[in-house]
Amino acid sequence: MSLDAEEVEKIAHLARIAVTSDEVEALKGELSGILDLVARMSELDTSEIVPMAHPLDMPQRLRPDVVTEENHREAYQAVAPAVDNGLYLVPRVIE
Amino acid sequence: MSELHLKSIAELSAGLAAGEYSSEELTRHFLARIQELDEGLNSVVTLAEEASLAAAAAADARIAKGEAGPLTGIPILHKDIFCTQGVRTACGSRMLDNFISPYDATVVSRLKDAGVVMLGKTNMDEFAMGSSNETSYYGPVRNPWDRDRVPGGSSGGSAAAVAARLAVAATGTDTGGSIRQPAALCGITGLKPTYGRVSRYGMIAFASSLDQAGPMTRSAEDAAWLLAAMAGFDERDSTSVDRPVDDYLGQLDQDIKGLRVGVVKEFFEDGLNPGMRESMETAMEQLKALGAELVDVSLPNSHHSVAAYYVVAPAECSSNLSRFDGVRFGHRCENPVDLEDLYKRSRAEGFGPEVKRRIMIGAYALSAGYYDAYYLKAQQVRQVIADDFRKAFENVDVLLGPASPETAFRLGEKSDDPVSMYLSDIYTIAVNLAGLPALSMPAPLVDGLPAGLQLIGNYFDEGRILNLAHQLQQATDWHLQMPEGY
Repeated sequence: MSLDAEEVEKIAHLARIAVTSDEVEALKGELSGILDLVARMSELDTSEIVPMAHPLDMPQRLRPDVVTEENHREAYQAVAPAVDNGLYLVPRVIE
Repeated sequence: MSELHLKSIAELSAGLAAGEYSSEELTRHFLARIQELDEGLNSVVTLAEEASLAAAAAADARIAKGEAGPLTGIPILHKDIFCTQGVRTACGSRMLDNFISPYDATVVSRLKDAGVVMLGKTNMDEFAMGSSNETSYYGPVRNPWDRDRVPGGSSGGSAAAVAARLAVAATGTDTGGSIRQPAALCGITGLKPTYGRVSRYGMIAFASSLDQAGPMTRSAEDAAWLLAAMAGFDERDSTSVDRPVDDYLGQLDQDIKGLRVGVVKEFFEDGLNPGMRESMETAMEQLKALGAELVDVSLPNSHHSVAAYYVVAPAECSSNLSRFDGVRFGHRCENPVDLEDLYKRSRAEGFGPEVKRRIMIGAYALSAGYYDAYYLKAQQVRQVIADDFRKAFENVDVLLGPASPETAFRLGEKSDDPVSMYLSDIYTIAVNLAGLPALSMPAPLVDGLPAGLQLIGNYFDEGRILNLAHQLQQATDWHLQMPEGY
């Protein structure tokens, strides 16, 4: 497996991580090396194997559809980078 | 007083109850040790001096009223991955350097309810991604046995602190070996419970289908005390298992005569350091002398575990860490021009290189067209590995092997080569993929450095591996060996 610069940039975009051209160069080799390690899985024939969904074969637990949480907006927004009037602030999205 | 840091939880609990010393004195003793000895280790990132003294005073009041439990007044450290209300929870990352958690993790609140005193938070690999504690934003942790060497990771701060007796015990988390490998490299006892045994609520998520919290202690007996308080059903964790917690302490003294212990063939092949092999063999002789029956066992597909892990863990991490977007909490870049710039630069600045690599591998493996070849395939490999264990446990009660192929390596030795670092966890990862409980305990030293014996149990058999470890620790003094200067 050998990723090129364009593929690394595409992956970085999917991951929403800004990368410099120097980082792209380093990542090409590093990510390719990890994918080579991962590719060793293909040595194992798993055509008849049911993929694991849960180590204990447990189904997802359901709970009654009732309100159990209290409102903690103030406490949670106290650690936010920018809030105003109970709203999280981000750069303008709609012109 | 000077020997307080050498006492077990049971001894300290008795001393507190008898009024030989107060929790405040005990807490001050450990705070002083951290202040005096941690500078060269960097194992503690946040010292909660005031809060710990307040908790100690509350514990003393509880003891005076006769309302104390066995852990009331015992000072411990929490890995900085557990949310602690009002105390910074940074998870080894610049991303959360400014994050004061608004709530407690269930592990933290359960131990708080038991009266445990939190001294502070321990250093760790960033977001628990690493095997050497070198990926932390707060700098590497050093191994108290040799400060040029790593303590292992990701719970490296917890392991180093307990090895240096800077706290009675510490908490850790284990996604691919992050409790057992540092426990092995620092010469302490560390247990990863069955998946679902301990609540993951408030434990910052790395790979949700693998993450488990557990105790890191000086002995199996101390681990049993701590696990008893940590384990149990929690409706706030959707993967928590609703099943009674076993009597781990009651099981410690059971006779191990006739217990069938499977020696995992694949864990003793060429990759194992010869000194490590000798150490394991000494431990096995001791087990035989105690009446255990050693049986050869094969896990024929275990060599596929690292590959499967480096799909499952990065895929789940790329999803879990998408929450760090610079909007609701954590690091935010200066002057973003638009929303995409805000996301991309906040994440580029907030995450270190190893976290970025894993997020990107995960994003790639989950991207359109690749799901079957990567994630689905890895979950199939995982099933094959779990089946190997299932078959092995039809014939034996416990499995045994080393926890790490070698003793602590030097700082910088593997930090430039991600794949060589990943192979440090070659003996621990299969256990996480299968969801089984396992512990590492000290075996005889190898060239003056700790070696970890790994005991793997069947599902929910924590009591049995603790029993076996305790019986070994009653007959040997490997767990009492300490690094010089502490």
